[in-house]
Amino acid sequence: MLQINNVNTHYGPIQALHDVSINIEEGEIVTLIGANGAGKTTLMMTICGDPQASSGTVTFCGEEINKLNTPDIMRKGLAIVPEGRRVFSGMTVEENLFMGSYFRSKEEAQKTAAHVLELFPRLEERYKQRAGTMSGGEQQMLAIGRALMSKPRLLLLDEPSLGLAPIIIQQIFDIIQKLRDEGVTIFLVEQNANQALRIADRGYVLENGRVIKTDSGANLLTDEAVQQAYLGG
Amino acid sequence: MTTSKFYNAIFAAGITLILACLMIGVKLDTSGTQLAIKGASAAQWTWIGGGIALVFLSQLFSGQIDSLFKSIPKPNITTMLPEEKKMATLKPWLIAGLIVIMVIWPFMVSRGSVDLATLTLIYIMLGLGLNIVVGLAGLLDLGFVAFYAVGAYTYALLSEYFGLSFWVCLPISAGAAALFGFVLGFPVLRLRGDYLAIVTLGFGEIIRILLNNWTNVTGGPSGISGIAKPTLFGLEFTRKAKGGEDAMTFHEYFNLDYSSSYKVIFLYLIAVLLVIFVIYLINRLMRMPIGRAWEALREDEIACRSLGLNKTAIKLSAFTIGASTAGFAGAFFSARQGFISPESFIFIESAIILAIVVLGGMGSQVGIILAAIIMTILPELAREFSEYRMLLFGLLMVLMMRWRPEGLIPMKRPQLELKQ
Repeated sequence: MLQINNVNTHYGPIQALHDVSINIEEGEIVTLIGANGAGKTTLMMTICGDPQASSGTVTFCGEEINKLNTPDIMRKGLAIVPEGRRVFSGMTVEENLFMGSYFRSKEEAQKTAAHVLELFPRLEERYKQRAGTMSGGEQQMLAIGRALMSKPRLLLLDEPSLGLAPIIIQQIFDIIQKLRDEGVTIFLVEQNANQALRIADRGYVLENGRVIKTDSGANLLTDEAVQQAYLGG
Repeated sequence: MTTSKFYNAIFAAGITLILACLMIGVKLDTSGTQLAIKGASAAQWTWIGGGIALVFLSQLFSGQIDSLFKSIPKPNITTMLPEEKKMATLKPWLIAGLIVIMVIWPFMVSRGSVDLATLTLIYIMLGLGLNIVVGLAGLLDLGFVAFYAVGAYTYALLSEYFGLSFWVCLPISAGAAALFGFVLGFPVLRLRGDYLAIVTLGFGEIIRILLNNWTNVTGGPSGISGIAKPTLFGLEFTRKAKGGEDAMTFHEYFNLDYSSSYKVIFLYLIAVLLVIFVIYLINRLMRMPIGRAWEALREDEIACRSLGLNKTAIKLSAFTIGASTAGFAGAFFSARQGFISPESFIFIESAIILAIVVLGGMGSQVGIILAAIIMTILPELAREFSEYRMLLFGLLMVLMMRWRPEGLIPMKRPQLELKQ
């Protein structure tokens, strides 16, 4: 569904990604793990076209998207939950959700909204409340819900567990699995390698801008090198 | 804690002393052909001493004064309004009543008041325009007066060189200002906050200086005079018709005695019409998805982009629509004055419009209308204080921000109180 082929990305003279190739098939949960500064977020941003890849191709559903502008890419059927939630804090939950369906008709949006509220009953309780007044976990749910409002085929999640309590992280990961069962393909970037690999079908390990290892989630979880580096031995 | 307060108070009192001595304490006076330095009178020195003591004490006891301020109950305007449901049914009637009052009112009051009301209406238009840029899209614009100038000069020049009428020029002026907004929008797309403010400030100055120096077209500092007044379906409001043989004036057509107040009232009514049009239009826009997108952009740019919204298009549309509103106001302004010069479009105008938006409550239309009324009428009411007028004006602004920091009527957002 999403093929990343030998992508190199630069920030000015600094090269952040070196020949990164990643393949995501429909219906999978693919996770990307790596330490701080490994280039995880850069890869995510490169998919979204900001910064654009200096060489290599990004193909989504058979269409090359690495030369397109960010807004055009984002309307192709992929959605991103940016790092750090980034909900519109002054707007209500309802308004936040409907910003996600900006380019869809009202009827379709209503239908998706009902589904999102089913997934996150917590958001329904807070429907008319300002997003900024909610807890971190609720905001993360809202950010995911907002991304789902565009009915994406591929959902990119950038560190959804960042700064959340373990029990909330568990809920978020449960939701991610539920989404996969509904047919949404998921690309998950995580520092929380343990949790991420547990639910992932396949995983990639990124180090200093290079993919150093790829295997099934279960294998990576038991891999000695990965355990040493990311799972605390 | 107390020592730092003490030093703070000493410092503030010292600054007051220096400023007061320079500004009031010594004066230049002409004696014959020479300038002489004159010291202040004893009474003035007492006042200065009193002022310094006041600054010193207020700094020293600022904590206590703050708590005193807090204990003053703040009037809650929102509770004074009827409930939401009642409001929904009352609203159309209220609006209709307000419009009727606004139309009847000028026939009962003096010419001066009507003139002042017209000026207020111009500021309402400007405030509403800037509200889109600053209040909704969150782009701090300090050069808003430039678009006002573009609108005013577009009408003045088209009327002078091509003899076009006010009604034809109105949309052209709005269009010209919108074009300038669009052009300015491009270079500033990547800027935010302070940087954007500086660039727009520069733009405002460029326009003013251009108008000042392009003497053979704009007349430079002497401006353009004799700009045609608006007509009512071709009927002029002058004593004698200027527009040729078969031209008629308003009072001849309706068989009335000539009175110059007809013209004033007519201008006022046009302003009312324009303001209603602008309010309606902006209200519509705010409810449309584009209005939401402006707000979303103000809240979080990255989130906006992640949702596939085009940042460029949103910013440009805010700039363009805000500018066109100013162009509208500008065209009307030059038609009302009959004379414009770059003097009318100095930075202080931008600052006042911005103050209207901030005082009114960013994003809230009712608040801005209220603030525009206060900001234009108060300086007039305070005329008796002559040179202390602006001082009073400043003091009032400080007090207002202190009293209601979110503005007079903050933008209303639906909120749910959680009951434990």
